[in-house]
Amino acid sequence: MSGAREEILGRIRTALLAGGGDAGLARKEAVRPALQQDPVTNFVDKLKAASASVTRVPDLPDVVEAIADYLQHHHLPTALVIGNDPPLPELAWPADWELARRPAAGDDHVSVTGAFAAIAETGSLVMLSGPGHPTSLNFLPDDHIVVLRASQVVAHMEDVWALLRARDGGMPRTVNIITGPSRTADVEQTIQLGAHGPRRLHVVLVAG
Amino acid sequence: MALTAREFKHQAEVALHDVNLQRALAKAKGGFVAKRRAAVAALPEFEEIRTAARAIKNHTLANLDAYLEQFERKVEESGGKVHWARTPEEACETIQGLIGSEPRQVLKGKSMVSEEIDLNHALEQHGHTMVETDLGEYIIQLAHERPSHIIAPAVHKTREQITDLFHTEHPKYGLTQPVTEVGAIVDEARQVLRTKFLNSEFGITGANFLIAETGSTVIVTNEGNGDLSQILPRVHIVTASIEKVVPTLDDMSTLLRLLGRSATGQEITSYTTLSTGPRRADDRDGPEEFHVVLLDNGRSTMLGNEFRDMLRCIRCGACLNHCPVYGAIGGHAYGWVYPGPMGSVLTPLMIGLENAADLPHACTLNGRCQEVCPMSIPLPDMLRALRFKEHERRITSARSRGALRAWAYLARRPRLYQAVTGLAMRVLRQLARGRGRFRSLPLAAGWTGSRDLPAPQGKTFQAQWRRR
Amino acid sequence: MSEEKKNVALFVTCLVDLFRPNVGFAAVRLLEKAGCRVSVPAAQTCCGQPAYNSGDRKTTADIARQVIRTFADYDYVVAPSGSCLGMLKEHYPRLFPDDSAWGPRAADLAERCYELTSFLVEVCGCMDIATSLPASATYHDSCSGLRELGIKQQPRSLLGQVEGLQLSEMEDTEVCCGFGGTFCVKYPQISERMVSDKVDNIIASGADMVLGGDLGCLLNISGRLKRQGSKVRAYHVAEVLAGMTDLPAIGEADGE
Repeated sequence: MSGAREEILGRIRTALLAGGGDAGLARKEAVRPALQQDPVTNFVDKLKAASASVTRVPDLPDVVEAIADYLQHHHLPTALVIGNDPPLPELAWPADWELARRPAAGDDHVSVTGAFAAIAETGSLVMLSGPGHPTSLNFLPDDHIVVLRASQVVAHMEDVWALLRARDGGMPRTVNIITGPSRTADVEQTIQLGAHGPRRLHVVLVAG
Repeated sequence: MALTAREFKHQAEVALHDVNLQRALAKAKGGFVAKRRAAVAALPEFEEIRTAARAIKNHTLANLDAYLEQFERKVEESGGKVHWARTPEEACETIQGLIGSEPRQVLKGKSMVSEEIDLNHALEQHGHTMVETDLGEYIIQLAHERPSHIIAPAVHKTREQITDLFHTEHPKYGLTQPVTEVGAIVDEARQVLRTKFLNSEFGITGANFLIAETGSTVIVTNEGNGDLSQILPRVHIVTASIEKVVPTLDDMSTLLRLLGRSATGQEITSYTTLSTGPRRADDRDGPEEFHVVLLDNGRSTMLGNEFRDMLRCIRCGACLNHCPVYGAIGGHAYGWVYPGPMGSVLTPLMIGLENAADLPHACTLNGRCQEVCPMSIPLPDMLRALRFKEHERRITSARSRGALRAWAYLARRPRLYQAVTGLAMRVLRQLARGRGRFRSLPLAAGWTGSRDLPAPQGKTFQAQWRRR
Repeated sequence: MSEEKKNVALFVTCLVDLFRPNVGFAAVRLLEKAGCRVSVPAAQTCCGQPAYNSGDRKTTADIARQVIRTFADYDYVVAPSGSCLGMLKEHYPRLFPDDSAWGPRAADLAERCYELTSFLVEVCGCMDIATSLPASATYHDSCSGLRELGIKQQPRSLLGQVEGLQLSEMEDTEVCCGFGGTFCVKYPQISERMVSDKVDNIIASGADMVLGGDLGCLLNISGRLKRQGSKVRAYHVAEVLAGMTDLPAIGEADGE
């Protein structure tokens, strides 16, 4: 609206003059909660507490087998919609699996992506949108499988921001901090997983 | 939206006799309180974080113009657009302008600001179809109701009522069997809304935070609907009020540690999403346009008066969950968008004290809201400040002013006071005729309607003391 | 502690003065037992909360000045009420923000005034209660005392000294009883719901009696207990601590 910007900012400045402005309102150093365990253990415990599941594997070549086990365990098809963010390009997929590298569609069952980082404090995964990681992969499929290296686990959310600031290209369009599968408590405060996003979230955690 | 805060007293009485509402409230009550308590107890640094969070917000508010300008600059650098709105009408007109005159299906993530500006109504008048995608919001949209809680909009609905609503509304999608279990209810809503997610050109979400450092808008959710509402449509519009801005990503992290714990007892919700501009050139999904509508609606005035502290509110709902009045009557009785303690402060400031005169008084000043408020907002003091204003502007009833005047006349004259009260107590004692209490008493129906009135012992303490 | 007796003024509070003088005498007995010289200034009426909470700042300030004047010459001012004392301690100083005469006087009073149980515990130190009451009791935390003055352990530690008294905590003991001064008559139905919930919790605790530190809450709670036909008796904590529960409980008749 024409004039709205100037009028609102003008009113704010008038109000601040009346109310004393910045005097004595210096910012304080914020506190980060101490972790009770080493970051990776803490991350895994918090992840499980948030109703996600995790398989720990020793090395990258073990990832696909872990994914195969997961698919089999949940009777899921070997048709995957996958991202192209690290370390996915390094994986050797079975020849008979059906892999699609594209944004997710409404009827995709399983997506596989990497992650930018993970947060030990809360058991969260951090996803950045980009050509190798369409955001819809995080939300449309029923099962979301994330391949994560243990070295990507940082202690606190603030550590992620430091990595993000140091990254080339600035902020991506979307940063998703994901902690467990989708859920709702809107019916009688009863927690139900799989509201609109994934019903299950599974992490394959690669050592080192 | 329909403004019925004037009818508070009547609405509260209806609510107290609404069997379904009382069942729903009873189920909700203990849960929120216990979950918050456990989450706070599990974080030894909670109080330190609370102090830091308060300082962050105070600092931001004291420099609000600069941080809003920085936010705007950063949004525009990332290819988005910021629109400023002084009033709800301006905000709605702006959004209508963005959507255009051709009727559209518009996805909505949960946004209390969109309720404040009555956005659905405004856009529906232009022929658009609004789709609430948060399950709670979806339920009350089907019921043609308003949220009764700022984070749990359908907390007043029982499962049976939701079953009936779906059974009435969903046969048109071929879903003809009633669903009664929570899992089946959620699945059915997922199924119905999934189609709508995939076929809408516009998505509107709110914002829990705006980050000046990066020009990001942030939503904090559990369902994922707010994400689908912004990554699938072509245009993402964010409605946010001006006090939502925080300086940096780190500041937001501090506030997030309080928000989830205070709201639902979660350390963090399932999804915290930062949206910065439209999709990038090489992105393969995401919106092509990104707009932020910044609403003032009286907040710049609050910034300059005794209600500035209220602008620290992060809308966690803890004050509602811990308010015994809210717990008794639910949110609709308050008669506007924001219920409970925070609403009893905001509503009069936004829609006029004379339109919501009951709200500041409908509180026992027990202070539990302030005790649990993660931003340490002195809610009881703010309600008292509103009472001062009502008294100054003579909005309070003539009867209560008269009673107050008579009482004050006596209270300022100790000798007369003691003579009059001494006599009155003796009369009351006589009237009680040894029963120890009254079941009813003229002029005391407000008290004796629901409880006995203990009779005075007889002579006042002062009278007995003088004779000691 | 100085050997000289503390010069204490009792602010009896209007509800105790009018409805339950026994609480005032119990307070005097406790204070004297704790080695204080107790006075009851005659010019006292009310702390001004009805005006304050109804939005009448001017009348409140008038009454506050009267209270400040009345209690100017005592080492301590003690009241058997967290609510009235919270008014003196927390709210009076804020009534005179730019008043160089009354501002400091209000602050001075705030420094010297105490709710009864916190005075006995924090100022008088370990006093010997030396009384007995074979009963079980539950304690209702009144809101102003709890949240403005931090009164929680003080009454419980004193009650712990009463021989034979079993303290059995109720659910939601920190939740408001629905009194709220004029609230209970302005919004009687909401108040009724709140006091009903409180009474349910009291009864569920299994205690014979409910105790509290504020007569307003106790009148409300006992009135509801009696309306529901409950046998649970209500006393002010001072009455129990002073061994003065020989008269009928609040709201009860002789011999009930």
